[in-house]
Amino acid sequence: MSEMPAITYNFAYLDEQTKRMIRRAILKAIAVPGYQVPFASREMPMPYGWGTGGVQVTAAILGTDDVLKVIDQGSDDTTNAVAIRSFFQATAGVATTTRTQDATVIQTRHRIPEAALSDRQVLVYQVPIPEPLRFLEPRESETRRLHGLADYGLMHVKLYEDISRHGHIATTYAYPVSVAGRYVMDPSPIPKFDNPKMNESAALQLFGAGREQRIYAIPPHTRVVSLDFEDHPFEVQRFAKPCALCGARGVYLDEVILDDRGGRMFVCSDTDFCETRRADGHVGELGVAVPSALAGKDAA
Amino acid sequence: MNSLAPLPRAVADAAPEVLGVSGLGKSFVLHLRGGMELPVVSGAAFSVRAGTCVALGGPSGAGKSSILKMVFGNYRIDRGHILIRDGDETVDMATASPRRILRLRRERIGYVSQFLRVIPRLSTLDVVSEPLRLDGVPAPEALRRAQDLLARLNLPERLWDLPPATFSGGEQQRVNIARGFIAPRALLLLDEPTASLDARNSAAVIDLINARKAEGTAMLGIFHDEAVRAAVADAVVDVTRFGDAA
Amino acid sequence: MNPASGQDAPLLVAQGLTRLYGTRIGCADVELEVYPGEILAVVGESGSGKSTLLSLLSTELAPSSGRISYRGTDGVMRDLAAFTEAERRLLLRTQWGFVRQNPEQGLRMAVSAGGNVGERLMAVGRRHYGDIRSEATDWLGRVEIAADRIDDDPRSFSGGMRQRLQIARNLVTRPRLVFMDEPTGGLDVSVQARLLDLIRSLVSDLGAAVIIVTHDLAVARLLSHRIMVMRHGSVIEHGLTDQVLDDPAHPYTQLLVASVLAA
Repeated sequence: MSEMPAITYNFAYLDEQTKRMIRRAILKAIAVPGYQVPFASREMPMPYGWGTGGVQVTAAILGTDDVLKVIDQGSDDTTNAVAIRSFFQATAGVATTTRTQDATVIQTRHRIPEAALSDRQVLVYQVPIPEPLRFLEPRESETRRLHGLADYGLMHVKLYEDISRHGHIATTYAYPVSVAGRYVMDPSPIPKFDNPKMNESAALQLFGAGREQRIYAIPPHTRVVSLDFEDHPFEVQRFAKPCALCGARGVYLDEVILDDRGGRMFVCSDTDFCETRRADGHVGELGVAVPSALAGKDAA
Repeated sequence: MNSLAPLPRAVADAAPEVLGVSGLGKSFVLHLRGGMELPVVSGAAFSVRAGTCVALGGPSGAGKSSILKMVFGNYRIDRGHILIRDGDETVDMATASPRRILRLRRERIGYVSQFLRVIPRLSTLDVVSEPLRLDGVPAPEALRRAQDLLARLNLPERLWDLPPATFSGGEQQRVNIARGFIAPRALLLLDEPTASLDARNSAAVIDLINARKAEGTAMLGIFHDEAVRAAVADAVVDVTRFGDAA
Repeated sequence: MNPASGQDAPLLVAQGLTRLYGTRIGCADVELEVYPGEILAVVGESGSGKSTLLSLLSTELAPSSGRISYRGTDGVMRDLAAFTEAERRLLLRTQWGFVRQNPEQGLRMAVSAGGNVGERLMAVGRRHYGDIRSEATDWLGRVEIAADRIDDDPRSFSGGMRQRLQIARNLVTRPRLVFMDEPTGGLDVSVQARLLDLIRSLVSDLGAAVIIVTHDLAVARLLSHRIMVMRHGSVIEHGLTDQVLDDPAHPYTQLLVASVLAA
């Protein structure tokens, strides 16, 4: 019996044939903005729901000189983000960062970074359910036909139901958008607060759904409009107070419970954004200034 | 034509012929009884001019009702012609398309049957005013005229807003007459309009018929009551002759 | 009046309409015309082909042979086979309606009554919530559903209410042509009468043409102007409704009429 060879992975785990297949799907998705392109999703060494779709898209576009950032709920430090980051460190050996501005590829779950993205960046979304029409029409054959015919009255039925039940559009995340005036798309479970960031973004935005085997895309500088009614226009969440740590306004805040007596504070959900501001000397009401040397530390 | 009461000559000659029946023949083929053929009418011929009333006479079973129904288009016509004047046109009911017949019914022919057949929930006023509203008369005006007519026919006012389905035979018949008479029609077909009415209400119907005649309406009717027939008919056509000719 | 655009021009014309299921005949060589504002009843027993015919006319089913033409709002008669699917679907949610026997099939059971009625408005691009809602409220009133039920979903409605809701959902865009498949089937007799009354008055208010499939001759008599009797996939008798029912010529029609109580 011969000696067991050392286990080595192909660059970024997936074999080159699979990557080519995924790239073809990505190219098609870019060519037809908002359209869900089927692809042959592979088994990944992580369970569905952990971002297998986003991971495959990232694996297919990653080059050796890319710098990768992975966030989950705006944070680089959650289990999911750490696991995916180390997965690519191990299989591709690429540089990683937590600094939004330094990254060339950003894989995300549930958020879009607060800082505006540039034309040298790609944002990869992890998508659990890519079909925005599924809520009202469970048949895949029918939803595909509705997309094909741009027959989107159903989406407004969903919003109508929201208003009739709650007095306003209560959908706060995975808020449907119309892409380039044609396809209606589920932006993945990001807060609707982030929807305006998709519009005319300089960065390429790719969406991967592993379990459902769909890839879709928003090319750079594409019009993305959140669906609404004339008398109930789309609005983003507003926060009464600025970030308690960095004092930022107009950003998405997370609630943090401080004690068991009802004490709480609201802080930036985008941790890198918050740290960068604090490094620049911004201080919120409960915050302390961070020495700039500590800000933007490499999470690796 | 077998005239009972002599027509005023001026009317009879000058008035246009609204209905002309010639060589009319009809039999029922009963397929459920081995194709048995039941002749009803054969060779019927008569005409009705504007402003006159012609009564169909003869014993029951002689085909009076069948002739009335053929004129209305309710029964098919096997042989012959039923010509009905429609403005400048003349329509033959024997060959007219269903849609043409429907248009004639809408615009030219009124039919007062013995029995009321209406949609269950409509109020009496709605039932009566409907033909006028379909003619394009505004609803308030149509309702007012329906009220006038029901009052003239002595139908108690408390019944006007109720659906007629639960009324007595005499009440239903008056609703039916009001519905048939409310809109101006060139030709009115009357199937025993006073069958269920007492003397007072029969008199009201006679007045109504004569008033319509004076306005120029042509009428073809079946009247079993001799007195009513004498009061309204300008001529009686004996239907028995047509049955015999088969 | 221009005959091509007025009441005297047919809205829908079927010629030689045939549908085979393998060697079995669904319906064979059916000819019909429907005009604006008229109600055409198609009667027959189950298996007579009347439901197949309705599916063909509403383009849910493709014919084996024959053609169907529809006159658009521009007055031009076009072969339905030449319509794209997008055009046909647009027709079905704007100018056409389809009231199904089971309201569960014609309604979105998990969507509120208001949403069910408003859907067709939203599908044609209406984007004012307040307007959509007030129009839905108005239509619920027209089908005798209390305004305070607007946010309830149809699962909490009785069978008769569901059917009335389905009618409102279809008529809200003021369709020119409405298909109805046994709309009163499965309802109590008293509920049926109310529904028939409602259908009759709404359809007459809208001036819509209706093709109604029913096995119930009383329904056909009450609602329709003209009638077609089908058997074994073919039309065996057609004409004025009261004439066909009161003086049926075909042996089978005589049998049908004789089989019901005072239709």
